[in-house]
Amino acid sequence: MIRMAKQGNMTGRKAAAIRVTAILLAFLASSLFIRILGHNPLAVYGSMLVGAFGSPMRIRDTLTVAIPLTLTSIGILVAFKMKFWNIGAEGQILMGAFAASMVAYNLGNLSRWVVLPLMFLAGFVGGGLWALLPAWLKMKWNTNETIITLMLNYIAIKWITFLQYGPWRDPASMGFPKMPNFASGAIVPKLFGIQAGFLVAILFVVLAHYFMHHSKGGYEVAVVGESVDTARYAGMNVKKIVLTALVISGGISGIVGMLEASGVNHTLNASISAGYGFTAIITTWLSGLKPLVVLPVSILFAAMTKGGGYIQTVYQIPQAAAQVLQSMILFFVIGSEFFVQYKLVFQRKKSPNPQEGGQ
Amino acid sequence: MQAQVFVKMENICKTFGNVKANDRINFDVHQGEIHALLGENGAGKSTLMNMLSGIYKPDSGSIQIHGKEVVFNTPKDSIEMGIGMIHQHYRLVEVQTAKENILLGRKGPFFMKGAHVSKDIREIGEKFGLPVDPEKKVYDMSIGEKQAVEILKVLYQGADILIMDEPTAVLTPQETRKLFAILRNMAAQGCAVIIITHKLHEVMEISDRVTVLRKGTTVGTLATKDTNPKALTDLMVGKTVDLAISRPPVERGRVLLEVKDLCAYDMDKVEVLRDISFKLHAGEVLGVAGVAGSGQKELCESIAGLYPVASGQILYEGESLVGNSPRDIIKKGISMSFIPEDRLGMGLVASMDMVDNFLLKEHHNQKGLWLKRKPIAEKCAEIIRRLEIKTPGVHHPVKQLSGGNIQKVLIGREIETNPHVLITAYAVRGLDIGASHTIYDLINEQKEKGVAILFIGEDLDVLLELCDRIMVLSEGAVTGIVRGDKATKEELGLLMAGEDLGMEVAQ
Amino acid sequence: MEGFWNIFQAFSVVLVIGGTPLLFATLGELLTEKAGHLNLGVEGMMLIGAVAGFAAGHFTGSPLLAMGGAFLAGGLGAMIYGFLTVTLRANQVVSGLALTMFGTGISSYLGVNFIGQKMSAEISAFFSPVAIPLLSSIPYVGRVFFRQDPMVYLGYVTVALLGTYLYRTRIGLNLRAVGENPGAADASGINVDLYKYVHIFLGGALCGLGGAYLSVVAVPQWQDGITAGRGWIAIALVIFAGWNPFKAILGAYLFGGLSIIGFYFGNYFSAWNISQNLIDMLPYAVTILVLTASSVRKSKEKGAPKALGVAYYREER
Repeated sequence: MIRMAKQGNMTGRKAAAIRVTAILLAFLASSLFIRILGHNPLAVYGSMLVGAFGSPMRIRDTLTVAIPLTLTSIGILVAFKMKFWNIGAEGQILMGAFAASMVAYNLGNLSRWVVLPLMFLAGFVGGGLWALLPAWLKMKWNTNETIITLMLNYIAIKWITFLQYGPWRDPASMGFPKMPNFASGAIVPKLFGIQAGFLVAILFVVLAHYFMHHSKGGYEVAVVGESVDTARYAGMNVKKIVLTALVISGGISGIVGMLEASGVNHTLNASISAGYGFTAIITTWLSGLKPLVVLPVSILFAAMTKGGGYIQTVYQIPQAAAQVLQSMILFFVIGSEFFVQYKLVFQRKKSPNPQEGGQ
Repeated sequence: MQAQVFVKMENICKTFGNVKANDRINFDVHQGEIHALLGENGAGKSTLMNMLSGIYKPDSGSIQIHGKEVVFNTPKDSIEMGIGMIHQHYRLVEVQTAKENILLGRKGPFFMKGAHVSKDIREIGEKFGLPVDPEKKVYDMSIGEKQAVEILKVLYQGADILIMDEPTAVLTPQETRKLFAILRNMAAQGCAVIIITHKLHEVMEISDRVTVLRKGTTVGTLATKDTNPKALTDLMVGKTVDLAISRPPVERGRVLLEVKDLCAYDMDKVEVLRDISFKLHAGEVLGVAGVAGSGQKELCESIAGLYPVASGQILYEGESLVGNSPRDIIKKGISMSFIPEDRLGMGLVASMDMVDNFLLKEHHNQKGLWLKRKPIAEKCAEIIRRLEIKTPGVHHPVKQLSGGNIQKVLIGREIETNPHVLITAYAVRGLDIGASHTIYDLINEQKEKGVAILFIGEDLDVLLELCDRIMVLSEGAVTGIVRGDKATKEELGLLMAGEDLGMEVAQ
Repeated sequence: MEGFWNIFQAFSVVLVIGGTPLLFATLGELLTEKAGHLNLGVEGMMLIGAVAGFAAGHFTGSPLLAMGGAFLAGGLGAMIYGFLTVTLRANQVVSGLALTMFGTGISSYLGVNFIGQKMSAEISAFFSPVAIPLLSSIPYVGRVFFRQDPMVYLGYVTVALLGTYLYRTRIGLNLRAVGENPGAADASGINVDLYKYVHIFLGGALCGLGGAYLSVVAVPQWQDGITAGRGWIAIALVIFAGWNPFKAILGAYLFGGLSIIGFYFGNYFSAWNISQNLIDMLPYAVTILVLTASSVRKSKEKGAPKALGVAYYREER
């Protein structure tokens, strides 16, 4: 007979070990899946590694994906810490990119030192405002933020598409519906062959760490996440905290939009968010809402995405396999939380003599 | 004729984590008797009864019902053996009617047909003196009605072994008497009734036999007529204890807090506070009595700035508090601690450690962007020493502490802020006698320091002994303010039930 | 004016078709939520159902197996969520999101070979509109509601069955208790975990049917991400409907209409100089409005099940 019981003491190290085991088990379960498809799992994983890190160029590609993932995860983390289920990072990325592009198209000919900071700011504001709306609705009427943030994703996509086919269409593209390329002053330069946005990503990881663990603001966010009643009781202004945190959360995603439009695509279109907003939900959760863990997890997921593309060419395994693998990891890690909190007690069917079994 | 043995539990053991909740407990109940299960909070009474009702499974030991060895895997198994348990916190579905609640989990035709069920419910209700309207929704019911539904539910299930967990905790003395009459009636009709309690006078009044538990073990089973409250207490606590609560005489100071004609409404626009007026002086303990949900919570929260006030005034040293933010009110030196049923609720963040919980109130006073945890940790360590809080350390999550220690953390923090007005609701909820007395002593200490204390309590005996004055609430209104050394429990009970005794308001 | 009326009638017919996948998914989520579980994996379960239904139809040629396969696959997908949230007490929000990601990935993965393929003619014939005698001759109503394909009728039947099940049967009563107060249900001898599992399965199965309706009947060919966010709208519709299956049908058709409004009334809109891309925002924008409106008005009876989203663990202390 098996019975559940509350786990008494769980050290951080033990909890981490459980999570890592879960990831390994996810790979194991996926191996079964790959095996059924008639491939050698080890060879496939090996190819994924090669695809992600096999050459300096591939490493650069992987890191280029890791930058938006890391930053978006940091943004989502701030909201999730408050148990505000912001799944609208896709839309926030797009609206940040939209605002940054507005700067780029209108002031692109000015000096880079003027344009880029302005675009950066615009990106933050665009994403931040897009996240402010659901936060405000939640504070005002307690609407379900999950659905609103998601609906706003679709609206952002349609908005960018509208611009692409309508007002912002490049007249020089000879009927092809695309928006103009940014002027060179509006393009984030490269450093070591990677867009310089990686500096921003690293900076935000460190900032987020200090903010969440050592600042008053981070503390208030954590208290609100645990219990709104307690936060109110302690004299915190819950509304202000939630709204501010969501502007920060969406704003960071907005910066991702700016970096992707400017540093990677050099233009605006509806697919620059490339699903980062969703993948980052996984990476955020896997990091256990700890900013410093976000970085390695994001690199791992970037590697899986890039590796997934590579195995498509080598094994004709569809690219979507990477997504399946990622969601498997998420399933296993979510499931593993149980073993952090509870332990299973195995019991013999027939109860032992209590006089002996007592101790 | 020898009465049949309905329940026999032998050598029952149950462990939660590292805590032995039950250790080789023996317990038996006969047909037609009312059997009291007596013990302090945490002695293992509820655990034992939860095993009898199939909610927990014993680690070892045997249970016999009607002479048959049984193993309960689910509450269903227990119900089928004729056992019905009425939990301290009623387990009713609020949005369903009495009838629907009674039908929950019952076998019967796939489609529900209501008419004959309503008739059955009414019949059983009349037989035992439990009038219940089968079509009434639970959320429209008073506490007494809810309890009646719970009892009807187990009777409808055909239970002949009835377990009641602290059934009188939320009742007025008058309602309690009515309940006891029902229980005697049930015993007379051949049921076995088990009543879990920690109130001695109830044991003496209602039970035929009593089993005393202490720290998870059986201390003994006695015939009630052969014992007395003093002997039972000594058995329950394990040593001779002085049960008296002291009320140090303190020269009362000026009025610190004055509430005038306070009214408030809940989300459904129901009036929850009606023209509440009282004065709270420095150096006094003003008790608040009332059945659960009479407006205690709303009153506390209104003063703390957490509940919207519709009309009326709350004056602190003559200055209005209405409209001030909770933070401003805290800064003025008004501290509120409310211990909810789950004990953690509002005042503490369960998953955080003691230091971060102390920061809840403290972080406003720190300057700059960053938190300073070190000075707080030192303060916590001192409070752990002073209040003898049992914890592995200041960085241990508070939810892993025992109930008494959690409450000490909360009250310790509130006292640490050196408040001028201390509001404390259900401060001793779920504590054993020793821990309760520690809390009473802390409150008296504050009173002697000149703090004005509003003490919301459940136990009328405690209120009468500890408080200088007692204000009674009924359905959101003040029905009387009486002196603690003059009033009787009967009077309090009538006031709680909303009766106007025409008594003078004690100043 | 006659031209407008004709377009409106044609629009109404398609509105019901557009609303049917939403209806199944909404009913599925509603059933799941009645058990106290918020499953945000609707989009994923619909996609799993869509791909399974398409594959089953494609390989067997049987319309019943196509729908049966979708039903089963949707239910099994939901069981992943069920295991995580019922047995392992995991966070329901994140588990649901994970299921959506899994469903999106696996449908895209398995659907690679179906891209651009059509459903066979036999299956399409099976699901072609059938006129219901008498009812179909009522003006407008008959044309719109009673000359539809069998799955639309199954939608009506499901609403009626679900309404009866929830409010007239013992199991429905017990189920509502599980969602409202699992502690009370447990104390009454109801097997809480079993109720949760069964209804999470059935809920997912209905979502699967909704997905398959798209891939097998309405479209009927395979497209990657064929559900296009309908799963999320379904979740909002449950709130809109106040957890009442009869109101769900209204919501589903309303939103079915919104998603095709641009297509049918495009001429009118372009006359007013409104771009198709902006009209496409409508269902999403209206969802936000509706959700906000239903949050503003609150009542005891029409609210969410009280224990929605809260894990139940009997030995908790």
